[in-house]
Amino acid sequence: MANYYSDIPELKYHLENPMMKRIVELKERDFRDKDEFDYAPVDYADAMDSYDKTLEIVGDITANVIAPNAEGVDAEGPHHHDGRVDYASGTVENLDAMVKAGMNGMTMPRKYNGLNFPITPYTMCAEVVAAADAGFGNIWSLQDCIETLYEFGDEDQHSRFIPRVCAGETMSMDLTEPDAGSDLQSVMLKATFDEANNCWRLNGVKRFITNGDADIHLVLARSEEGTKDGRGLSMFIYDKRDGGVDVRRIENKMGIHGSPTCELVYKNAKAELCGSRKLGLIKYVMALMNGARLGIAAQSVGLSQAAYNEALAYAKDRKQFGKEIINFPAVYDMLATMKAKLDAGRALLYQTSRYVDIYKALDDIARERKLTPEERAEQKKYAKLADSFTPLAKGMNSEYANQNAYDSIQVHGGSGFMLEYACQRIYRDARITSIYEGTTQLQTVAAIRYVTNGAYIATIREFEAVPTAPEFEGYMTRIKEMANKFDACTNAVKEMNNQELHDFVARRLMEMAADTIMCHLLLQDATRRPDLFAKSLDVYVNYAEAEVEKHFNFIRKFTPDQLVNYRQVEAVAAAE
Amino acid sequence: MGLKIIVLAKQVPDTRNVGPDAMTPEGTVNRSALPAIFNPEDLNALEQALRLKDANPGSTVTVITMGPPRAAEVIRESLYRGADGGYLLTDRAFAGADTLATSYALATAIRKIGVPDVILGGRQAIDGDTAQVGPQVAQKLGLPQVTYVEEILKCADGKMTVKRHIDGGVETVEAPLPLVLTVNGSAAPCRPRNAKLVMKYKRAMVPMEMPAEGLAYADDYEKKPYLTLGQLTTADVDADLAQCGLSGSPTKVKAVQNIVFKAKESKVLTAADADVEGLIQELLANHTIG
Repeated sequence: MANYYSDIPELKYHLENPMMKRIVELKERDFRDKDEFDYAPVDYADAMDSYDKTLEIVGDITANVIAPNAEGVDAEGPHHHDGRVDYASGTVENLDAMVKAGMNGMTMPRKYNGLNFPITPYTMCAEVVAAADAGFGNIWSLQDCIETLYEFGDEDQHSRFIPRVCAGETMSMDLTEPDAGSDLQSVMLKATFDEANNCWRLNGVKRFITNGDADIHLVLARSEEGTKDGRGLSMFIYDKRDGGVDVRRIENKMGIHGSPTCELVYKNAKAELCGSRKLGLIKYVMALMNGARLGIAAQSVGLSQAAYNEALAYAKDRKQFGKEIINFPAVYDMLATMKAKLDAGRALLYQTSRYVDIYKALDDIARERKLTPEERAEQKKYAKLADSFTPLAKGMNSEYANQNAYDSIQVHGGSGFMLEYACQRIYRDARITSIYEGTTQLQTVAAIRYVTNGAYIATIREFEAVPTAPEFEGYMTRIKEMANKFDACTNAVKEMNNQELHDFVARRLMEMAADTIMCHLLLQDATRRPDLFAKSLDVYVNYAEAEVEKHFNFIRKFTPDQLVNYRQVEAVAAAE
Repeated sequence: MGLKIIVLAKQVPDTRNVGPDAMTPEGTVNRSALPAIFNPEDLNALEQALRLKDANPGSTVTVITMGPPRAAEVIRESLYRGADGGYLLTDRAFAGADTLATSYALATAIRKIGVPDVILGGRQAIDGDTAQVGPQVAQKLGLPQVTYVEEILKCADGKMTVKRHIDGGVETVEAPLPLVLTVNGSAAPCRPRNAKLVMKYKRAMVPMEMPAEGLAYADDYEKKPYLTLGQLTTADVDADLAQCGLSGSPTKVKAVQNIVFKAKESKVLTAADADVEGLIQELLANHTIG
């Protein structure tokens, strides 16, 4: 029977990465749960086996429930009535299967009925689910909002909300408003303290809220009257059981139809503060968004895989000029490049998730006891790596998902333009990935600081010391040359000392860093498993090297006086 | 009050995906070429059992299967979905059983364990396609039976209301407990494995599966009794050996033949309406469709 996990050996390869040893150690803490919970692992091998078996269940549900429902969900979409949302019938079935399989609150501690999984296997589940239905992936993956409630909520909130999420209640993060999209500092939803009832009250409107009729919402709202910036915002928990928030409408979208995108009206809705006042945006939403960005990176990889699968199957089957079109160089070039981007992007995704795992597990340990100086150093190192890799993983994978979806249709030719084929749904679904949870342009803003402060080049130089299989040493030489060009461009841009030019070429610099990093990761993967990755290594290095060269040429020849030819209007002074 | 529920399940070769090497040159099933799976309609039966359990707190679901030690996989798969325990009937003397000897063995084991309130099984297994075992078990235990069950509508006051899938429609019947139900493939599909239950039971084994020495996680089996699954031999259930296995099986396979379709004549049809209409009339006339 088809299985979206075990049919893709690359996933199991990434699950078995050597860093998992440390991650399991930190997450399971001497396997202390083993006598208290019958499902807790007793040792490392046992924990890894449990992740593998759980992924197999998700792969099975995805292949046999979610995938067959995907077309129907896309056509039906959610329904809106009396301020509430009903999911499409297929979505209800999907969610029911995932809840019965126990796939909710996966990363939460066992004392709240969670599975205590690291982020990495959870992220793999998110990728697998998204490959079949990216829209359903949103509803299910929003469970990772609970991470933020766990990190910043108090114990009473933990015991009230986490078990509900583990039992299958859904979540949403209510951030965006009509006038606050990328610029969340402008959020105006008003939070006032109701002295009489000793609770907060929310009033206002949120827009574009994914799964907006969720059971438990995390809401960004302005608690400090008279403030205008991010420092006046706090994070609140709204419980649908208390009422006060209605869905005014569901957006009619281009893709991810299964995922209801809602406009919400808060009418004196009762809410409780999560964490401390004024830290809503600057601390909690940043954490929330980092988790969500990893989720979108996973969704993007799932879509890339789906796009590749559809194209490959079609190209093997379709005959023109007397042979299957997969035999034509023009077609297999597209397919090989799709696979290479998929493998490179996936390597980046799970490298990032492992960095997140280590620092988050150490953060969690720090809530129980004081970390040793070595642990503190480790936490700092991995937090920085996670912060620097997350925008690359989200930015690059969402762009690759779009590119692969585009090429998937191209391989299908005219048939791909017809609505009968899945590639058109994948194309529509992929389109949002480079927009929500921060556009690629905003991922660039997050990433560029690690270009200029040398974080990426330092990581790349460390990768250059990782041993390589002798037959792949030629690649190492080429990748080192790519790094040199990236470094040269970075220095050249810095020396220009021109902020506008710096912002203008930021995307190119970020891509140079990401291309080089992904080459290294594929080189490491191919060294361990040449059978799985040697081809993609070759194809990707060819591709990335040309990309780096292209950016190198552009940046090297670019001068600030050319900016005027790009500007579409006269320069305006920066907004206050 | 909770119900005692027994599910009869069988491990079968997956005959749904038959390749060219599915049969040996001798005409027997090549078991190594066909993966062993949980008989599909037994999964439908398990789901009905688990729904009864969900609706009647305090109920227990016990799975009984007969086969070689590896058939214990069927019990584990049931535990992963919410069953409470299971027994493997395994003994060389059980081997080679036809439906009569199988139902004898199952009925004998059920008597030994204790006749429950409800016994469920799939309508039929995909290897033999006889649909005889469920009814024969009911007969041997002297219990009423409802076949082709699609849904259990109600279970209260010692009675059960059941929807049956029959030719051309559905029939709703009521029957007293204890009773035997055989469940149709059109019933609700079985729920997925549950992650926590998989983690809990993944090392559950019948004693015969456990290696003589060097059992991995050996101390687990002492601390966690639920990891040792029930195993019953002919002696354990006081079976009459003459009625077990080959000696208890009057059915003899005389010959196995491959069916080869050979077109004797062919007709070329065009896409014209008249040809299509003619084909539809012909298919209606010979009851292929309609």
